[in-house]
Amino acid sequence: MVSLTVPEQITEDKLKDLLREMWTIRYFDEKVDEFFAKGMIHGTTHLAVGQEASASGACAVLQDKDKITSTHRGHGHCIAKGAEVNKMMAELFGRTTGYCKGKGGSMHIADVEKGNLGANGIVGGGIPLAVGSALTSYMKKAGYVTLCFFGDGASNEGSFHEALNLASVWNLPVVFICENNQYGMSGPVKEMVNVPDIATRSEAYGFPGVVADGNDVIDMMNVTNEAVERARNGEGPTLIEAKTYRWKGHSKSDAKKYRTREEEKEWRAKDAIKRFKEILVDEAILTEDEAETIRTQAKRAVEDAVDFAKEGPMPTKDDLLTDVYA
Amino acid sequence: MREITYLEAVREAMSQEMRENDDVFILGEDIGVYGGAFGVTRGMIEEFGPERVRNTPISESGIAGAAVGSALTGMRPILELQFSDFITIAMDQLVNQAAKIRYMYGGKGKVPMVLRTPSGSGTGAAAQHSQSLEAWVAHVPGLKVVQPSTAYDVKGLLKAAMDDDNPVVFYEHKLLYKTKSDVPEEPYSIPLGKADIKREGTDVTIVATAIMVHRALEAAEVLEKDGISVEVIDPRTLVPLDEETIVKSVSKTGRVVVVHEAVKRGGYGGEIASMIAESEAFDYLDAPIKRLGGASSPIPYNPELEKSHVPQVEDIVKAVKETLNKA
Ligand SMILES: Cc1ncc(C[n+]2csc(CCOP(=O)(O)OP(=O)(O)O)c2C)c(N)n1
Repeated sequence: MVSLTVPEQITEDKLKDLLREMWTIRYFDEKVDEFFAKGMIHGTTHLAVGQEASASGACAVLQDKDKITSTHRGHGHCIAKGAEVNKMMAELFGRTTGYCKGKGGSMHIADVEKGNLGANGIVGGGIPLAVGSALTSYMKKAGYVTLCFFGDGASNEGSFHEALNLASVWNLPVVFICENNQYGMSGPVKEMVNVPDIATRSEAYGFPGVVADGNDVIDMMNVTNEAVERARNGEGPTLIEAKTYRWKGHSKSDAKKYRTREEEKEWRAKDAIKRFKEILVDEAILTEDEAETIRTQAKRAVEDAVDFAKEGPMPTKDDLLTDVYA
Repeated sequence: MREITYLEAVREAMSQEMRENDDVFILGEDIGVYGGAFGVTRGMIEEFGPERVRNTPISESGIAGAAVGSALTGMRPILELQFSDFITIAMDQLVNQAAKIRYMYGGKGKVPMVLRTPSGSGTGAAAQHSQSLEAWVAHVPGLKVVQPSTAYDVKGLLKAAMDDDNPVVFYEHKLLYKTKSDVPEEPYSIPLGKADIKREGTDVTIVATAIMVHRALEAAEVLEKDGISVEVIDPRTLVPLDEETIVKSVSKTGRVVVVHEAVKRGGYGGEIASMIAESEAFDYLDAPIKRLGGASSPIPYNPELEKSHVPQVEDIVKAVKETLNKA
């Protein structure tokens, strides 16, 4: 029996929690998918099914005071940073009991008090915000680290390059995590980025870049932990590229003509949740039965969130002009 | 005549132009096999190939600048921005470069490009994907601004925009993409700066843009039952603006309601209202000019709240009655 190599603060209980969390992310997004198809959730949503390990692994090594910025595909990040699925689902149902009182929807879920500085509808929009958050930590000597999630597509925006340069010249406590799920909407990373690894872009700004297996929650934890420690010790930013895959289409109306069934199958075989569960069982941290219990609990939590969401009141016309200004 | 959708009219106008002129090409995110976020360019890559239907990385500032630079050197690019909200990222290239180059260079060089982009709310996509920011660009000398409301207008106005030697911002409305009208198969052009009287009437003028043209027409039907005769004017282009048609109509009816979806405060309706107040139509006004526009908040996600943000048919009916003191 090989013992797992994980950061020292990661206990066996934490590992079990992580499995639960990854299943929660999976079930949450699958439920959203189902309700979207039924017309019970409106607008648009972007699902992170298949990408659970990068969100969970990266956030697992954070402390409560640490912060994250997220993207349009942000449900997983949100859950991994400790959000309540009840309030998330209520938001998607447009209820006042949701995280944004029904005004933000899927792309804008935030929990500023708990360090989730928000999902973002603008590709690349959150990257400079993370740098600003890290600047606060630096100026106030607050000791927190900011984790910045974004996609491979976002790494082509000017905001990415400007943010990385600022973080570097100011030596800020920020960790950039590029979730390379192989596509922008339809743009294959191979055609949109002319280097094999986005991680190498950090070289241009003078700090380390690391490639991680984005479908391996343990690798994500270890790589992120090292980067977070560097940041916390005043050694500046790191760029992590998590290689992964989104199982679903970009959003609702995506015929996925830009990729093949074979490719999808190949990646599904690398299912991060299945892989992690097998490791935990092999390591005798869990039995199959315990794993099954955790899985059903996660599923139950999402069902409960739907009930909570449905019960919440709708905003009224009076709410239209509230919260425009502080 | 055959009917086609607003969306098909955009595609047909571009395809016909591309067949005629090798200098015309399209660039934008996901416009290739995906066919664009709203499906406007679907099938075009099959006919014109990836060189002329050019998929770009997600980098609005870069691609807008590339459009400006290629236009300055002899191409005629059409840039598709996935949502008009993202114009903010392209803003430097559009406002400080495209709009000013000809003037700053003393009339040397020209920037014949079209920036097409869907705007407006009603899809539940919330605050960063639902804005109507046309007043921002209309404010900048050097840019022309088009806002068509029907498939027929789309085809003719887009041809005029593509033939124009200036940078043109062409706003399409997301909720209008599926609407249909009679559209001739052969290419035709509707001059920029020519308003359309969408309905004739005698009691009150409604000046409406984009989707509000349709709501104004519906409101006019409702008002007709109360014996109120409404004239509906669609400016179609904000820059240049057909002042003459608006002034003539208001001089005839003596009453005017200006309605758009964009936030009322600082919106283009203020420009239209001031133009009327400064014109000879002022002498004919029997009531204050009325403006309807979006609320002073970002667009909310909840569908009912979202609806209450922008003028609806009943709001227009009410505003018209108020100008007639019949509320
Ligand atoms: C500035 C901007 N441009 C374009 C879009 C439309 N859009 C939303 S998500 C997306 C793809 C983003 O790809 P990536 O950054 O790789 O993230 P992923 O969707 O793969 O998670 C695009 C083009 C947007 N929301 N914002």
